[in-house]
Amino acid sequence: MAPLEVAGLRKSYAGHEVVAGISFTLARGECYGLLGPNGAGKTTTLRCCLGLTAPDAGTIHLVGEPVPARAREARGSVGVVPQFDNLDPDFTVAENLLVFGRYFGLSDAATAGRIPALLEFAGLTGKENARLTMLSGGMKRRLTLARALVNDPDLLMLDEPTTGLDPQARHLIWERLKQLLQQGKTILLTTHFMDEAERLCNRLAILDEGRIVATGSPRQLIAEHIEPQVVEIYGEAAPVWAKDNARNFVKRIEISGETAFCYVEEQNLAPLLALTAGHPALRILHRPANLEDVFLKLTGRELRD
Amino acid sequence: MNNNLYSLPSFSLRAIAVWRRNFLVWRKLAIPSVLGNLADPMIYLFGLGYGLGGLLPQVGGVSYIVFLASGTVCSSTMNAASFEALYSAFSRMHVQKTWDAILNAPLALDDVLAGEWLWAAAKATLSGVAILIVITALGFVSSPLALLTIPVIFLIGLTFAALGLIVTALARSFDFFMYYFTLFVTPMILLCGVFYPIEQLPAALQAVAGALPLAHAIHIIRPLLLGTWPADIGLHIGALLVSAFAAYWVALMLTRRRLLA
Repeated sequence: MAPLEVAGLRKSYAGHEVVAGISFTLARGECYGLLGPNGAGKTTTLRCCLGLTAPDAGTIHLVGEPVPARAREARGSVGVVPQFDNLDPDFTVAENLLVFGRYFGLSDAATAGRIPALLEFAGLTGKENARLTMLSGGMKRRLTLARALVNDPDLLMLDEPTTGLDPQARHLIWERLKQLLQQGKTILLTTHFMDEAERLCNRLAILDEGRIVATGSPRQLIAEHIEPQVVEIYGEAAPVWAKDNARNFVKRIEISGETAFCYVEEQNLAPLLALTAGHPALRILHRPANLEDVFLKLTGRELRD
Repeated sequence: MNNNLYSLPSFSLRAIAVWRRNFLVWRKLAIPSVLGNLADPMIYLFGLGYGLGGLLPQVGGVSYIVFLASGTVCSSTMNAASFEALYSAFSRMHVQKTWDAILNAPLALDDVLAGEWLWAAAKATLSGVAILIVITALGFVSSPLALLTIPVIFLIGLTFAALGLIVTALARSFDFFMYYFTLFVTPMILLCGVFYPIEQLPAALQAVAGALPLAHAIHIIRPLLLGTWPADIGLHIGALLVSAFAAYWVALMLTRRRLLA
């Protein structure tokens, strides 16, 4: 039984199709990423998978249960970290976990027994009685993660779990998610951070305008969709220079403001760098292609607000 | 999971977890909360009961303050239920997103709203009963029939909590609630027999006011506190029961449309 199986999912709001035929299946123990710009349909997909909104078409099986018909029962084996913290501000750290456990039908004694381990996992040991207002953004996020684990779920669904966190806090969350994967939990993650997806996801799907435009492991996606090397050329003259001079070596040039992004095959890298070396006015950054390049190629560079 | 936005409410013991969540928050501030809920109605009761009452002969066969006391039980219950179902529930639904968090657990929206409804009614009962205790201590209650008012107070709480949840389901911000108080709650307090017998009103106005839920509440509570069996008690209880459950169903449909669409 797959932890989550989605086939032909569609959902419209006011005539606009937000999710336009999405299918994917999670394998047990993997981290699967849904990547996409704002408005790509990531959160709506999660809401449908949890049975919080009825899809217009398609079938969903969450931990083996048909959704939305038996979504409530299925949610008993799922942990959710929502995009925006909705911890209970009236409660202490421990009370947040205790009360959330009750929603899963757990006795206070059972939850209380799990609290020390949950807090240790979240790096919140000793904060049992802290009020929510005393916690930093990163601590709240970690408490939300601990809360999602209160029912010892098989599947975790995380909606942009590190948005708004500083680098230290993000790395700590990533490290904890890797631990959970090692314990055998399955993770479904939405994000628009490419480094997050590259680090955590075994497989991912890039969403745009409600459709999956590419799937695969991060390495596969880079190998299949983009040239392996990127030379970024900066400066007022860079776009014109790149178009006039770099053409012979470069398969694809993308211009963004005063930057030219040159996507280069391995054999053409050295000649291109040699050519740029003759123009000290240009500032050059050479790097291997990454997931962000794939993402921008597939979803475009325009803003999605 | 309830797919149909318009299906009948489903009730389950799962609502208790939601009720207990609210109870745990309330317990932390229980004493100031009870005192706060008592202060306002007591000031009205003593101010108008003694100040205005001194100028009046008997009203409805009793001294004015005794007459007013029974009305105050009803209006306080209504106010407490309304505040909880409007401001507090809206805060949990819209500001704190507490309901969203609960809906990620194995509870349905029907469970969340049922928990909120029963909680608001319970809190309103506490307010009504607190007034009942005070006026009994002051000797304004003359009959053991008064004990029968407690389940009625709970029913009044259910009625106004359900009506409040309708408004909450429609509200875009806290400002919206002013309309409900100005156009519905305050007129009821002034027209439904809290301060004077409803029979004082012109016939047309009396017919309208008499149909409002607070009037039904007062028609039951006042005689019981004065030691007589209420006339047409079945009609008034029925009216409150029907309003309570119909309003709850409407509130549930609107909330499902708002949160699950």
